[in-house]
Amino acid sequence: MYRLGIDVGGTNTDAVIMRDREVLAGFKAATTQDVTTGVIEALEGAIGKCGVDRAQIDKVMIGTTHFTNAVIERKHINPVAAIRLGLPATACLPPMVDWPAELRTAAGDNGYLVRGGYEFDGREIAPLDEEELDRICDDINVRKTKVASISSVFSPINQEMEKTAREHLLRKCPDLSVVVSSDIGRIGLLERESAAIMNASLLALSERTVDAFASALESAGLNCAFFITQNDGTLMGAEMVKRFPVLTFASGPTNSMRGAAFLTGERDGIVVDIGGTTTDVGALQHGFPRQAATVVDIGGVRTNFRMPDVFSLGLGGGSLVRRSDDGEVTVGPQSVGFRITSEARVFGGDTLTATDVAVARGEADVGDGSRVTDLDPDTIEKAREAITMMLQRAVERSRISPEPIPVIAVGGGSILMPEKLADLDVVRPENFAVANAVGAAIAQISGEVDRIYSLENGLTRETCLKQAEEEATKKAVASGASPETIETIEREDVPLAYLPGNATRIHVKVVGEMGGSDAVAAG
Amino acid sequence: MLSRQGDLISIGEEEIEALEIGAAILGTGGGGNPYIGKLRALQVLREGRKMRILPLQALPDDAKVVALGGIGAPLISHERIKEGREGLRCIRALEERLGFKIDAIACEEIGGQNAMEPLIVAALADLPVVDCDGMGRAFPEMQMTTYAIYGHRSTPSVMCDLHGNVVIFDHAASELWHERLARACVIAQGGASTLASAPMPGVFVKRFAIPDSYTKAISLGRTVREAQSQNKDPVEAICNFENGQLVFTGKISDVKRELKGGFVAGEAAIDGFDDFDGDLGSILIQNENLVFSRNGRTEVIVPDLIVILDIDTGEAITTEMLRYGQRISVLALPCHPLLRTPEALKVVGPPGFGLGHLNYLSLEEAGDQQDSAKKGARQ
Repeated sequence: MYRLGIDVGGTNTDAVIMRDREVLAGFKAATTQDVTTGVIEALEGAIGKCGVDRAQIDKVMIGTTHFTNAVIERKHINPVAAIRLGLPATACLPPMVDWPAELRTAAGDNGYLVRGGYEFDGREIAPLDEEELDRICDDINVRKTKVASISSVFSPINQEMEKTAREHLLRKCPDLSVVVSSDIGRIGLLERESAAIMNASLLALSERTVDAFASALESAGLNCAFFITQNDGTLMGAEMVKRFPVLTFASGPTNSMRGAAFLTGERDGIVVDIGGTTTDVGALQHGFPRQAATVVDIGGVRTNFRMPDVFSLGLGGGSLVRRSDDGEVTVGPQSVGFRITSEARVFGGDTLTATDVAVARGEADVGDGSRVTDLDPDTIEKAREAITMMLQRAVERSRISPEPIPVIAVGGGSILMPEKLADLDVVRPENFAVANAVGAAIAQISGEVDRIYSLENGLTRETCLKQAEEEATKKAVASGASPETIETIEREDVPLAYLPGNATRIHVKVVGEMGGSDAVAAG
Repeated sequence: MLSRQGDLISIGEEEIEALEIGAAILGTGGGGNPYIGKLRALQVLREGRKMRILPLQALPDDAKVVALGGIGAPLISHERIKEGREGLRCIRALEERLGFKIDAIACEEIGGQNAMEPLIVAALADLPVVDCDGMGRAFPEMQMTTYAIYGHRSTPSVMCDLHGNVVIFDHAASELWHERLARACVIAQGGASTLASAPMPGVFVKRFAIPDSYTKAISLGRTVREAQSQNKDPVEAICNFENGQLVFTGKISDVKRELKGGFVAGEAAIDGFDDFDGDLGSILIQNENLVFSRNGRTEVIVPDLIVILDIDTGEAITTEMLRYGQRISVLALPCHPLLRTPEALKVVGPPGFGLGHLNYLSLEEAGDQQDSAKKGARQ
């Protein structure tokens, strides 16, 4: 049986066909406005290249940046009834208070504050105000709003009130789609609520997009189940994506890092994805990208999504190399970008780029090497040194332990990577250009718990971690993971400052193979 | 009484944005993230309320000044955001208990979240905020203000939560008792409340408060923003502004954390680079950054300020955010002389944090000693 991995990016749509751990063929096509055409071209290209029988393809995994781009471009955003349960708390900051004005307007700028919510220890701030919910329902019906989000204070500790409120809304507004914040985010009310509102505003787009994927696969004669990758490198069923499009945010860098891990067999390392203008650097832990601890800004909105901690720097194959009057040589951040194939020296242009430096030093063989033989050797050496220093610093920044882990170079610009970076060895996988699609093809299923525990009455840190692990496992199995493949990949506890009673915040994540799958874990 | 408009400095959105950055730096790793407070302050301004700072020296001797701030766990205020008028209720309840009106609000702690609360409450109460605070940085406990150290008894005080509960601490036998009672009450109120202390006379505030805290924190924030927008080194800009020293640059090689009676204690180890290549740095943490050592030798000790900044952006990194691999600059900024007297050092010096085995040596003294040690080595 074969697997088909597809990556739908802003510019390119890539497809790979895989058999177990083997990449049989990869194909790059242009992303199209309707999504469908590009997907069909890429998958037909890949199937045609290796000539497999399409009836033997039993799983399709898709990675996409479609929903992130919608928020960034403020397109296809629908108005949301943004309901918060928490009064009298939170009265001073209404929903979407820190959003850019034009995005807030696009999302309807329609927030409601309702009595309810929980304290950190699970007590109710106030009983849920169902009469107020009735009034909101009337308003929703008058405005003909189609989607709503509900965010309750401390819902990551207790989901009940959000669920009760959702049932209440659905009784009076049966056609409403309702998103609850505890399904999406973790502690940090504004960030979690913003994610829930964005999710609600994207529901119509996700419905259309997932249907477009389905019809593309169907018209290609692929009738198997298909899955979409989320930002932590694990899979969601197509129906889940219709409900939670925001969970695909940032799946692009995640897939490229997961693909790099898979192609090299490394589970721990630093992945350096060098493009034409920028380089993304991130750390792999147990075959997964390390998650960012801070808030992540999407289209000007603070969110607390599970996002890979990726550090970007302005260095790529097209980066400009310049020498100042006092002999200093700088590389980037300006770049010739996609015009590299006409403007770089080796491609007949007259702009000195990082790629020219690599060719001049005999480290790469692209374009016409004779066009860079006359370059000033001092400039070349200094540029090489600058590039190495930039990469070395970015890698050091992403290193999570003093262990000598490998550096994995992927992306079109990876010719800039030296053989060794300080004490670390550099690995270059084959098929590096389609690492994203490979990352999609090998994705797994996860379950996660993030909650504050009070370490009192004999409750120990170990007991709480174990409880959290069991709960995360249940979540993963419910999402389709096969129980025997479950392993814990994140396990951390952070004591809360300034509070007696030893409250601690515990975060656990487990992953497993998709049920009935023949997929093999990376490494 | 404080209506001399000429003395007042008006605070707008730009000042609040700058204060967010300045307060985070002065938080010395603790004090909580001022982001939510900033949003609240901006909301209050957008409602048309006036935010005004009164220069310390313009404060009349007989003015009645109340210091207030949030108490509890900073993380809680990021989830269970305040109702918004807790501080105002504190002021009203205190006035009722005392039988007189107060004239101005003061800040307990300019470092971190607590920089914003006095501005918000004062704007709602239509009172000015005195340009001062009780710490010039962040400290974990209430008795660690210059107000308390120099003899102000902070009870009767009022603590309010978002439910409408008003708790009056009529009399605490000592400042430590007040801290203990308040800490227990804040748990019952859900982990984050607002507390206003007994009024101080203007003459006391002028003598014992850390002066110019707001104007300084705002200018500090502006300095960082300007450096960033001009692609200049924000770390250098901060050092120049605060008369501080860059004591270390390096990469965090280890972070250990543990809970000690509700406070996070730990240590960060740093491998030096650039000018500090080959040196090993270490920072002792107890909610805030307390002690910096180089190669096992103590160099900067609380109450002097130890600030950890992201080396590239110049943004302050809190102790909760420290982790392996971060490239950081460590800055030492001299604390105000009011924190260096023998009576202050008992409370906010090494003994106040269970570090009685360390002797406080001010930044300047430590620098002199090193210079003479180097000279000695050369001779």
